[in-house]
Amino acid sequence: MEITLKINGSEKKLSVEPRTLLVHAIRDAGLTGTHIGCDSSSCGVCTVVLDGKTAVKSCTMFAVQAEGHEITTIEGMAQGDKLHPLQQAFHDQHGLQCGYCTPGMIMAAHVLLQHNPNPTEEEIRFGLSGNLCRCTGYQNIVKAVQQAAQMLQQPAGAAADD
Amino acid sequence: MAVQTPNLEPKGIQGLGKAIKRKEDARFIVGKGNYLDDINLPGMLYMALVHSPYAHAKILNIDTSEALKIPGVKAVITAKDLAAAGLSWIPTLAGDKQMVLADGKVLYQHQEVAAVYAETRQAAADGAAAVQVEYEPLPVVVDPYKATAPDAPVLREDIKDQMSGAHGPRRHPNHIWTWEVGSKDETEKALAQSEVRIKQHMVYPRSHPAPLEPCGCIGDMNKATGRLTVYMTTQAPHAIRTVLSLVTKIPENNIRVISPDIGGGFGNKVPVYPGYVCAIVGSIVLGAPVKWVETRTENLTTTGFARDFHMDIEIGATKDGKVTAMKVYTLADHGAFDAAADPSKYPAGLFSICTGSYDFQKAYAQVEAVYTNKAPGGVAYRCSFRVTEASYLIERSMDVLAHELKMDPAELRLKNFIQPHQFPYPSALGWTYDSGDYEKTLKVALERIGYHELRKEQAEKRARGELMGIGISTFTEIVGAGPSKDFDILGIKMFDGAEIRVHPTGSAIVRAGTRHQGQGHETTWAQIVSEELGLDVDKIIVEEGDTDTAPYGLGTYASRSTPTAGGAMALAARRIREKAKKIAAHLLEVSENDVEWVDKKFQVKGVPGKSVTMNEVAFAAYTNPPPGLEPGLETTYYYDPPNLTFPHGAYVCVVDIDKGTGEVKVRRFVAIDDCGTIINPMIVEGQVHGGLTEGFAMAFMQEIAFDEQGNHLASNFTDYLLPTALETPKWETGHTVTPSPHHPIGAKGVGESPTVGSPAAFVNAVVDALAHLGVRHIDMPITREKVWRVLRSAGIDAF
Repeated sequence: MEITLKINGSEKKLSVEPRTLLVHAIRDAGLTGTHIGCDSSSCGVCTVVLDGKTAVKSCTMFAVQAEGHEITTIEGMAQGDKLHPLQQAFHDQHGLQCGYCTPGMIMAAHVLLQHNPNPTEEEIRFGLSGNLCRCTGYQNIVKAVQQAAQMLQQPAGAAADD
Repeated sequence: MAVQTPNLEPKGIQGLGKAIKRKEDARFIVGKGNYLDDINLPGMLYMALVHSPYAHAKILNIDTSEALKIPGVKAVITAKDLAAAGLSWIPTLAGDKQMVLADGKVLYQHQEVAAVYAETRQAAADGAAAVQVEYEPLPVVVDPYKATAPDAPVLREDIKDQMSGAHGPRRHPNHIWTWEVGSKDETEKALAQSEVRIKQHMVYPRSHPAPLEPCGCIGDMNKATGRLTVYMTTQAPHAIRTVLSLVTKIPENNIRVISPDIGGGFGNKVPVYPGYVCAIVGSIVLGAPVKWVETRTENLTTTGFARDFHMDIEIGATKDGKVTAMKVYTLADHGAFDAAADPSKYPAGLFSICTGSYDFQKAYAQVEAVYTNKAPGGVAYRCSFRVTEASYLIERSMDVLAHELKMDPAELRLKNFIQPHQFPYPSALGWTYDSGDYEKTLKVALERIGYHELRKEQAEKRARGELMGIGISTFTEIVGAGPSKDFDILGIKMFDGAEIRVHPTGSAIVRAGTRHQGQGHETTWAQIVSEELGLDVDKIIVEEGDTDTAPYGLGTYASRSTPTAGGAMALAARRIREKAKKIAAHLLEVSENDVEWVDKKFQVKGVPGKSVTMNEVAFAAYTNPPPGLEPGLETTYYYDPPNLTFPHGAYVCVVDIDKGTGEVKVRRFVAIDDCGTIINPMIVEGQVHGGLTEGFAMAFMQEIAFDEQGNHLASNFTDYLLPTALETPKWETGHTVTPSPHHPIGAKGVGESPTVGSPAAFVNAVVDALAHLGVRHIDMPITREKVWRVLRSAGIDAF
């Protein structure tokens, strides 16, 4: 069936089966930054943001269910050449190694910071507990989210040196 | 314009010891990594596999007719089709062979039985579900101790009459090999004369590396050119190319293996798997590219498991705590085929590092491997070939001995460490340790955690009935395989290559035969070259993973990249510098003997103002080379390391245990590592965080278990538990630096030390918390249930 998905602000016309998962539709649309890791909604590497405010594991949704919603993926986070504070912070704090969990982790953190702009370490760890990482041991991911929280609360252009 | 890292700030010349941010991050943080499943080729087909529901069964019939009726399904193959191409079985890295698709019988649950090729991934999955297989179940062998019973069912009928294998005689159809090292008689004699002896049985359970990106492959046979391009999630692309050439008989020049970005490997992506072979065969037969990407269940149930060592140790000591001898017997459960990924001469890997950091005069170890109805493997999961098992064995046993002697475990270790003046140290089991300062590292760790105060606190808490424990692990690793005199895989020596091409404008491309999966080579290799050549680190591109362009090398696993390719990189750079010096002399109009390399520039000896930079030399290499000198500035270096490297560390863990629930809370964990020279402290710390987390996972959560019918009980992430941010402790890291005397930059490798060293620290802490209740050992994973049962059987009230 033919559907139209609005991903990162642009409309994509896609041909899908009713059973096609949202993650497959996003990836088939050429946006391969959203990954697949477990097939059981455990790992979170497929996390995207729905309507700017809800983190969704895109393997838990059919593509057809996403019609009419605004989907944001990792490719929609930077503004031109300017990285989103979370992307900058993951780089600054060495919050990634192999990079496979990173897009999902950033999208989950993005929603976490919207709901709680100034989270404690414990709140970050709880908020990201639906996303697995095998490389970093999470410690630098937590630091990255803390840095991004600071950056987002500072006026634009101010440096967020750690 | 900064082209390579448009979003990231420039760095300049950044050599060893600098915590510069990673160059490779640029693509990953914006979702532009290029992992295997991100690659799509025109006309590409998809493959899905049919798996066995039984752990041991005869295959009576395979009916593919319904599958072939599904729209989009192009073909289905079974072992019979592979046999026509001579590919129904393939050799394993361990000198055994394994079925690609089940040939007459299945030997483990989820074993691959048929491959389905289709136009879409959905049609391939539908096709696989429609293949009808008729089985006749057979009795299974799950317990390795029962594998060689006289009446045990014969698993490998293909070799049941071969009473000799790749590693010596076999005493039973289910016995693979027996390997031993050290002097049995002398060790037994020393044990008999020891004042104190301890014996302990312990199991290092079967585990799985489970990188978040599953394994996958795209076979792309171009019939017009005769060239086969294979995109594969492999940690060792060159070794794969050679093996593919040997197995398929396609000339090696007609095979190109590309290992794209890898979403974690941890040893899982070293072997050749049936799915890879079927994707390649499919492409050759169907004349189109074929993609196969594992499901998570396929990953956990069929690809390389790790560990599964069942160990018995005996240690002798004097009454005042000086160790005298150790004897080890290990039963290794290798599953249905011996597909362990070890250097060929070492069927039990480097397990003989089991004397650890201690000065044992006598030692003997024997390892016996058996077949069972489980998936094949025995990969080095974030570990240098069975070092994790060895390190856990000795570090756990030192605590058992301390308990027996009523000695503090730190004091017992300090009493038995190999001393700095003893290096190079010949171990009782045949290794020559390069360098170390174990006492210093332990003392730094004890000081950092406040060990003596913690012991006081523990005594007070114990008096109040509270449970708190302190665990120590002072491990020694053995990594960097390895010197070609001892180390090869299927005859291919384990040296590594590096290539450097300096361009006229002072930038460079460097390539290595290794393949990073998160270790940061694109940054650290550039730092080595920046250090040696004085080039701007941003102007050095690092490329790995394409066998058409990279120099030969055996890949990235077993913490070998820095000890091997890192050495090659430094020596390639020095070879470039030798030539550059001649060009510098020409530019400075002095003799070469009057030129020296100072502050990353060539200058006339004693005349600081008169110098040229490497950028100027590079330009001259192409525009103004000295007469008679070959123009250009590039080289390839193959580095055959003279010895292995021996990183070490001291870890201290503090746990509190909830008496009611059995929950173990890791309160603090201090990890002091000594990996020799540090290239990038930020990356080293990141490696340690990740390795500790995998050690924590093994100690408390991860286990690949089976029921008595051989059903796999951990086939997805809801049953095979990985730690999330919530469970994972906060790590406190630090280091001492004892450079390797034989490595070109003194580096030893670090990626695996924390996974190797930490499990014993966790288990020692838990056992220490319960020691006064008579507990001497608990096998991993230490679940709440296990602790709860220990507490209840010890009569401890829940509240």
